[in-house]
Amino acid sequence: MLTDGTDNVRFKTFSRRAAILGGAQLLVFGGLASRMYYLQVLKSSEYQMLAEENRVNMRLLAPLRGEIDDRFGTVLASNRQNFRVLLIPEQTPDIEETLTKLNRIVPLSQTQRKRILRDARRSAAFLPITVSENLSWEQFAQVNIHEPDLPGIEPDVGETRHYPHAGALAHVVGYVAPVSESDLDDQDPLLKLPGFRIGKSGLERRLDKELRGSAGASHVEVNAYGRVIRELSKDPGTPGAKVELTLDMDLQKFATERLADEAAAAVVMDIHTGDVLASVSTPAYDPNDFNIGLSHATWNGLRDNPYKPLVNKTIAGQYPPGSTFKMVVAAAAVDSGLVDPRQKIRCTGKTTLGNHDFHCWKREGHGYLDMLGSLQHSCDTYFYEIAKKVGIDRIGEMAHRFGLGETYGYEVPGEKPGLVPTRGWKRATTGAPWQQGETLIAGIGQGYLLTTPLQLAVMTSRLANGGKAVTPRLVRTVGDENVTKTPSVDPIGVSDKALALVREGMNLVSNHPRGTAFRARLNDPGMSLAGKTGTAQVRRISRAERESGVLSNEEIEWRRRDHALFVAFAPVEEPRYAVSVVVEHGSSGSRAAAPVARDIMRLVLERDPSNQLARGPEAPGVDTPGLDAATPQREG
Amino acid sequence: MVDAFLNAGGRDMSLKDKFFEFNWGFLLLICAIASMGIAMLYSVADGNFDPWASRQAIRFGVALCILFVVAFVDIRVWMNLAYPSYGVALALLIGVEFIGFRGMGAQRWIDLGFIQLQPSELMKITLILALARYFHGLTLDQVSRIRFLVVPALMIGLPFYLTLRQPDLGTAVLIAVVGVVLLFMAGLAWRYFIVGGLAAVGAIPIAWSTLHEYQRQRVLTFLDPESDPLGAGYHILQSKIALGSGGVFGKGFMEGTQSHLNFLPEKHTDFIFTMLAEELGLVGGLTLLGLYIMVLMFGLTVGLQTRNQFGRLLAIGITINFFLYIFINIAMVMGLVPVVGVPLPLVSYGGTAMLTLMLGFGLLMSAYIHRNLEITRNPGAFW
Repeated sequence: MLTDGTDNVRFKTFSRRAAILGGAQLLVFGGLASRMYYLQVLKSSEYQMLAEENRVNMRLLAPLRGEIDDRFGTVLASNRQNFRVLLIPEQTPDIEETLTKLNRIVPLSQTQRKRILRDARRSAAFLPITVSENLSWEQFAQVNIHEPDLPGIEPDVGETRHYPHAGALAHVVGYVAPVSESDLDDQDPLLKLPGFRIGKSGLERRLDKELRGSAGASHVEVNAYGRVIRELSKDPGTPGAKVELTLDMDLQKFATERLADEAAAAVVMDIHTGDVLASVSTPAYDPNDFNIGLSHATWNGLRDNPYKPLVNKTIAGQYPPGSTFKMVVAAAAVDSGLVDPRQKIRCTGKTTLGNHDFHCWKREGHGYLDMLGSLQHSCDTYFYEIAKKVGIDRIGEMAHRFGLGETYGYEVPGEKPGLVPTRGWKRATTGAPWQQGETLIAGIGQGYLLTTPLQLAVMTSRLANGGKAVTPRLVRTVGDENVTKTPSVDPIGVSDKALALVREGMNLVSNHPRGTAFRARLNDPGMSLAGKTGTAQVRRISRAERESGVLSNEEIEWRRRDHALFVAFAPVEEPRYAVSVVVEHGSSGSRAAAPVARDIMRLVLERDPSNQLARGPEAPGVDTPGLDAATPQREG
Repeated sequence: MVDAFLNAGGRDMSLKDKFFEFNWGFLLLICAIASMGIAMLYSVADGNFDPWASRQAIRFGVALCILFVVAFVDIRVWMNLAYPSYGVALALLIGVEFIGFRGMGAQRWIDLGFIQLQPSELMKITLILALARYFHGLTLDQVSRIRFLVVPALMIGLPFYLTLRQPDLGTAVLIAVVGVVLLFMAGLAWRYFIVGGLAAVGAIPIAWSTLHEYQRQRVLTFLDPESDPLGAGYHILQSKIALGSGGVFGKGFMEGTQSHLNFLPEKHTDFIFTMLAEELGLVGGLTLLGLYIMVLMFGLTVGLQTRNQFGRLLAIGITINFFLYIFINIAMVMGLVPVVGVPLPLVSYGGTAMLTLMLGFGLLMSAYIHRNLEITRNPGAFW
């Protein structure tokens, strides 16, 4: 035996302690196993959730913005493919060189280059950076062709708002633009999406929530560094609601072109339903510019333009109504019973009240005129006299009945109330009491009186529809929902006698050879209109000037010339439509505004569903029938 | 010469005998564990043998050869080499102070020209050899006498201090624990352990003050990982998420989201168990744990069957070293102990660890093959 006896003792101790050690090991492994059980069984669902949170990123997808159509389905605002170029920094060895190459196809300014390089430094190398947007198709095609030579460059197609009619609808439809700080009260997460646009003006703003739709989401799998590995699921979201308007785009376009060179506004309304068929404010701006991003120069140009292209003159342009207000005064006079419309008043060219002379536009005077005659000739003296009898309170009350001094809850934001002055109003604002002379001035629609073109169209509609309190409406449907306002049939409280009389007066204005708007009459077959001119003074004519001879409008600078107004309804018998036209500093209602109103009304009647000449309501055409036949045949 | 080497004393066993004595079941066991590791390395590379799985397989093959060679060498040869090899390892460990280079933030590696060596790895094996050799020569009474404890205390203390200085807290702790376990198995009286345990508790504040900032951070993070979810606690938290989300049956081989999407750090080395448990679930994790227990029980059995104290202590030392690797690694990835850089034996990717591990198993197997050999307390040189 090689071993001595002591080994047995050692072995006993060893065996005992080996058993303890083995037991301890098993115990420790039992601990590990129970920890595994705790993590993988008891807490598993919690950790599974955390793993999913790690793995899955939700990315919001902007829904398609709702389309805006006119009453016939013509697209007024839609979404267009936005050709853009993205750069993925990690895919190019030299960003600067890639940009230099790209510059030959898509010009990049120094500022743009700096921005791109800065973005590339700041974000993860695999995240795309927008290099340039809104490329032309040619540019986009070029980039696609040269893509192999442009490492890191990725052509991409996004969606952007598009207004095919540019300025013609700038004030009605409005525009969308990038989200600004002040918009962030809105908690919609969409607003935080880079490049997201929201409605900033017009219907785009009023109906923004409806047009916007709701966000979609794309669930993507990302790794620990945020790189997208693959898309797991995609919910495109709910597209925004389609909005249909009462507008007639062809009419809108025609009226816009007709007023293109002026600072002007025109509103066409259906007198029974209140449908606004056209709402034009010129000059305008291109709403597409706001979407893409306006340059400082363009913005300053728009802001400083004396023709005020940024103002929607149909609802925010407030003008003295001038002689177009005489219908209100006449109706007030008739219904007050204080004036016999058949009684003639002599016009000598002026009326005197105290020390003041109140002049008629016709220096030599009109002689004896009754109410119809004075409407036809737009005699100021007559209206000074009856205004004096009726008083400002009754005139003001009548103005409100016709919708002046009121807002209608019109769908386009920014509606101004105008001003129908009262004694109380004057005392409150100036502290001075009402002067009777001011009543006389109000009698011819001057002085404190202010109206908007929309209000004038409402006034004309109400007098033409038999005294129903119609209000304008612009939106027919939002999505599947019919939101058309039911036209009001509430009487405005004006006697038929008074209404008939002012209508006849307007008929004479347009259709009597000696009416002020006879030259702008509408005498196409089966068509007619009745209107009223208005020429609103914007300057005070001094006594000295009056003595030396009033300067004609052509002799003074544009901004001091008179506003030209014209309101009309058509046809004369059984009227259906009303129009109001205001040409800022247009000098003369009969010459600057009436012909425009006539041309607009001609088109309105042509396009009226009852007109046999029209191609029918579903396929309206502006073209004159028989145009094709008139095209000269080419010799064979 | 070869025969003399295989059969110290020139008798007892032929190579054929040893071949039959070799425990082939144990070989199968470690092959099964290594296969699981290689499969996971294949998964880490998203279904590629490159760069890890193939190299790990080759290393395992080479290491197996070493295991065979070491196993067939007579246990007495190893006994005689115990002190010299310890001396070499200690020299290398001191050498690291001067010629080592820093890897992973700590001074642990030495470049011998043909191989980059981690002397602390080598030290773990040679320490076991040296302690086994030392206690083989003592009677049970002698073991508990203070004067006989000076040598083992130095044997453990020197490498412990040197590795701690590197700084490599994990290895230092391993060396200390292996040493203490061998003292225990050698029969050191219980009173030493009680007094030592109390002293250790008292030393915690002193130890804390000597720790490096990053080591302290690890400990603090371990105590409250959620306090810093994106910083130092990130690894533990992500590891727990990966494990927990694996559930009972796992996400499927190569389907682990936490690991494949890189939320999991060091998933081919220290955190490979997490990946395994994420993809193969509790079932996979327990299977590996079961295989490990079989290895450990085999090691214990070798100790109990061996008729010489050197072989017994060697077997226990190797086993306990293996056990500590497994425990520290798995407990670490499950958030039970602070993050220390300890690989999962046979599974984690890495050359040095694989080689030393198989060297250890070779010694274990040598002890097994020569278990019936009785060796005197002071045998002297035998070749």
